Amino acid sequence: MIPGLAFTTPWLLAVLAALPLLWLILRAVPPAPVRRRFPGVALLMGLRDSESVSDRTPWWLLLLRMLAVAAMIIGLAGPVLNPEPKRPAPDMPLLVVLDGGWPGAADWPAWRAVLDRVLAEAGRDARPVAALRLTTPERPEFRAAMGWRARLDGLAPQPWQPTSTMADAAIAALPEGPFETLWMSDGLAREERARLLAALERHGPVRVYESDRPVMALLPPAFDGQAVDLVVRRAGAGPAREVTVVAHGLDPAGVERVLARRTLELEAGGTEARGALTLPPELRARITRFRIDGVRSAGAVVLGDDTLRRREIALIAGADNREGLELLSPLHYLRQALAPTAELLEGALTDLLPANPDVVILADVGKLAPAERAALEEWTRGGGLLLRFAGPRLAASDLGRHNEDTLMPVRLRAGGRSVGGAMSWGAPKSLAPFPEDGPFAGLTPSDDVTVSAQVLAQPDPTLAERVIARLEDGTPLVTRKRLGAGQVVLMHVTANAEWSSLPLSGLFVRMLERLSAASLTDRPEAGAMAGQTWQPQRVLDGMGRLEDAGTLPGVPGEALLDAPLGPELRPGIYRSGERMIARHVADAQTPLAPAVWPARIPVAGMQARPEVPLGGYLLALAVALMLVDVLASLAVSGRLVPLRAVAGTLVLGLALAAVPVPRLAQGQGQAPDDADAFALAATGEVVLAHVVTGNARVNDIAQAGLRGLSRTLSLRTSVEPAAPMAVDLERDELAFFPFLYWPITPEQPMPSDAAYAKLNRYLRAGGMILFDTRDADIAGYGSASPNGRKLQQIAAPLDIPPLEPVPDDHVLTRTFYLLQDFPGRYAGGDVWVEAAPPDAEKIEGMPFRNLNDGVTPVVIGGNDWAAAWAMDARGNALYPVGRGGTGERQREIAFRFGVNLIMHVLTGNYKSDQVHVPALLERLGQ
Amino acid sequence: MTGQAASLRARAELLAAPLPPLLARADQLAGIVTMGEHGRRRAGMGADFWQYRPLQQGDSARDVDWRRSARGDTRFVRQHEWQVAQTVMMWVDRAASMRFASADALPSKDVRARLLALATAILLDRGGERVGLLGDGPAPRRGRAQVTRIAQALEHDEPGDYGLPAAAGMVAHGQAVMLSDFMGDFAPLQEALTAAADKGVRGVLVQVLDPAEEAFPFRGRTRFQSIGGSLSHETLKADALRPRYLERLRERKAALDGLARLTGWQYLCHHTDDSAVSALSWLWRAVDGGGTR
Repeated sequence: MIPGLAFTTPWLLAVLAALPLLWLILRAVPPAPVRRRFPGVALLMGLRDSESVSDRTPWWLLLLRMLAVAAMIIGLAGPVLNPEPKRPAPDMPLLVVLDGGWPGAADWPAWRAVLDRVLAEAGRDARPVAALRLTTPERPEFRAAMGWRARLDGLAPQPWQPTSTMADAAIAALPEGPFETLWMSDGLAREERARLLAALERHGPVRVYESDRPVMALLPPAFDGQAVDLVVRRAGAGPAREVTVVAHGLDPAGVERVLARRTLELEAGGTEARGALTLPPELRARITRFRIDGVRSAGAVVLGDDTLRRREIALIAGADNREGLELLSPLHYLRQALAPTAELLEGALTDLLPANPDVVILADVGKLAPAERAALEEWTRGGGLLLRFAGPRLAASDLGRHNEDTLMPVRLRAGGRSVGGAMSWGAPKSLAPFPEDGPFAGLTPSDDVTVSAQVLAQPDPTLAERVIARLEDGTPLVTRKRLGAGQVVLMHVTANAEWSSLPLSGLFVRMLERLSAASLTDRPEAGAMAGQTWQPQRVLDGMGRLEDAGTLPGVPGEALLDAPLGPELRPGIYRSGERMIARHVADAQTPLAPAVWPARIPVAGMQARPEVPLGGYLLALAVALMLVDVLASLAVSGRLVPLRAVAGTLVLGLALAAVPVPRLAQGQGQAPDDADAFALAATGEVVLAHVVTGNARVNDIAQAGLRGLSRTLSLRTSVEPAAPMAVDLERDELAFFPFLYWPITPEQPMPSDAAYAKLNRYLRAGGMILFDTRDADIAGYGSASPNGRKLQQIAAPLDIPPLEPVPDDHVLTRTFYLLQDFPGRYAGGDVWVEAAPPDAEKIEGMPFRNLNDGVTPVVIGGNDWAAAWAMDARGNALYPVGRGGTGERQREIAFRFGVNLIMHVLTGNYKSDQVHVPALLERLGQ
Repeated sequence: MTGQAASLRARAELLAAPLPPLLARADQLAGIVTMGEHGRRRAGMGADFWQYRPLQQGDSARDVDWRRSARGDTRFVRQHEWQVAQTVMMWVDRAASMRFASADALPSKDVRARLLALATAILLDRGGERVGLLGDGPAPRRGRAQVTRIAQALEHDEPGDYGLPAAAGMVAHGQAVMLSDFMGDFAPLQEALTAAADKGVRGVLVQVLDPAEEAFPFRGRTRFQSIGGSLSHETLKADALRPRYLERLRERKAALDGLARLTGWQYLCHHTDDSAVSALSWLWRAVDGGGTR
């Protein structure tokens, strides 16, 4: 018998023995013929069936029927998949021990199912049950199993693991008397397991349920300035698998969505997968958490904090750099201190503020332009940090001398002071200890930091509260003022080493960090966190969901990083001042090893499949097979054909219904693939294009003409166009083409409104259309020729400027060749271009007017240029032009006109520049 | 006595009951086609004036129409239209194979054949011809009563699956109309037509077919039976037979046409879903034309 399969009524299977008999019976019955009265039978006499079809039921139909019958018999016999073996229950109470930490969260539903089953079983056996959660040890009480089942839904994993103190508490809380223990283990090795196991075994037998899947944890991402390094670790080796890590964050609209994904490869037998995720800084700063896709556990989530962010800092120096004195640059030390941890922006203030930096540092900037002031003040009020450094310029300026300046925290006394220099008394001053309640609390001022010059604050009433760092003699070194949501901080020394040795010390960097000017890339050491209280903002629950921290108490800084997680210290985001630090569930030190149980303990997997009765499926299969049999029987007796015809009609109908859809779509847009292919073809190289007219022959001439022109251009100039394209105004995008040739035919359909909109957009955006009436302009732009009339109709809705015949000094006459007429197959007709501005005057002694306007959007003529340009694939002219040598000369001039035209399109009015005058005059021999 | 007569009358009426509709429809059909007594469109013996023609050598003087001749110098002979009664014998296949209609909306083949035959008979009778039925039907005669007799005779079905053309009663140099589906044996028909041609009988073959017999719209495993049940053919794939059946039908039609050409007859294939009028007018022209030739 197949393992994992049992039958409720196995004796029914004996009926299967009757199947061969059924085979014999069924096989003899041919499908019945239809009887038809038909006079034409006389003509049928003697005709034999071409296909020798046996009148017995075909074997496959028999097989089908046998299968149906067999499926029915087996289905009625009541097969059950994964039948549960019956086990005698020991006659003692049952204690369920749950690890209850985050490692079990991934399999929590399975746990609950197992627990439900166990409780149901215990309920049937009338055994009292007690539960003990190691993550929250409480004294277990034996109660009826049903009561526990009702509480199952409220059971959730905790976001921490049981610690040894918890285990001790649990051992102490164990009830008296014998009981059987069922330990729902999360599968991670912990040192207290053995102790607890020994304690439990003293009371009775212990069984263990353990998940077969190794616990996975996402380690805190390390950010090295380029990429975020992601590490996924699992407890115990397993098969190779791919793990996707998803970065969640808020989009600009404030909606949380997936910002990035990275798939990591866990090798077979390996326990760790690494991968780098490279993101733009803006996106990276938005990340709120990383999560292993598909794993619901607090261990699979890490929260983003300041370590992921790189602040954008705008550096602005007042003085131009004195060349060669790099070390004296007011920004040099700032750059050195900030570059590893922040994105530095340098440039003009008005250029930088729109980028919305986190911090603006003004190093020795005295005066600001009013516009700059206003912008800077608005930005600061909006939450920016303005960090100013003093310096000779600031000291010399009258900024904040008499009234308090908005962008200065204090008023300054004129001149400042210098101590310990060659011309002054006293020694350089060192720093006083930082006040406990200030932002620098906990930092130790080193003795080698000395200040020899500074600017001095006026002793205003508000001064005391604004000072956040002092020198040993009590003079303010750093002052700060809140301004709106932001703040203004003034360092009373320079940002370079001229006035003090502060920028040379590590303290400088720490102070910048504390001011949030530098971002945290490494986690701060415990010592640096001492004395601070960190307030939880959002915390994780065991399943890895973020919750609002609510009224959870703050955590001392030294405990935040190292203390084991527990009810008092939950994983989540903690905040102190401006800084945010995440406490992660798992980090590199978290031990992840599979639990090892002594051989005497029975360990069952979690993935035990529940009992599945299969009878219903088999009966359904039998019915389905019988339905198939009906169809098959019809097919065998040849009566399925009408059905097939119906189906065919349906399919055909659907196909017909489906086919016009792309056609219709083409009307408006075009299938995206087509459009893409068209765009690629049109933009890969310069492509000349002509408008598709209603006349195939004209289209061919235009195509051949542009081919000839393209070839000429490739041979003579650096313009090397690809093969020309035909453009359908209704369908194709025009923006790709610098130049459109539009031959006019009287039978051409008028473009639609959408096409006109496209054409006007094209003309305004700098495209050029060469209209060619191809009628030698016999009518002189009257409406006498049908082509001319058509041109008038077509051009009426177009956005065309006033026109004039090409003047002698038009740039078209000299963009490449020097030309005076523009023949095609016909010569002599006027060619019209955009009129020169009325104020264009010819300057005495200059060969042409200064017409520095754009490219004419249209060129209109009737010389049938395409026919003159037309070439076959081998470069032979397709249509005669003129007679003999004169004709060839005319064709040559036509080509020159084409070259000039394309040059005009591609280079604009560059040849209209007066710079070219001398060269042109020389060429012209004047 | 009276009881006997009453019963005879009742039986006669019963017998005649189907007649009026058929007769009426045939009358109606005939009314569409033609227009009373008609001549032979040639000079000959008859009551109606045909033409004057100049006196020729060999004409006797008493043939001269003096009244006409007196108006000029030329002597004219008055000619009368040749009016002679033709004898048209008809055969309508009334065997079982004719009692077939593939759809309820279509008349069965024998209904159509009888209708055509009777309408032709009415037309011929109006034209002054003598009409009779071949075989044991009424001998050729004129008059309305003959039409009724023919109608009555047509009511009787013939035994057998496929009708055999009756050659008996063929009048030498007369005309004949044969309506059947000609699905049965070809040899008897050939014999009958050859014999008729030997007697100088010209005529018309009208093959009446049901659309289903032309299209053979059958599929699947089928057992075909003739209407009488004497023939049967079973096939597993009826649709596979179709091309060969159609080929045979085409051959049969070609054979009929060939036979008709050989014997100087005319052949028409008529389908029951076509209009009866067109068949009748063709039939009428064919019979009439046979007379004028």
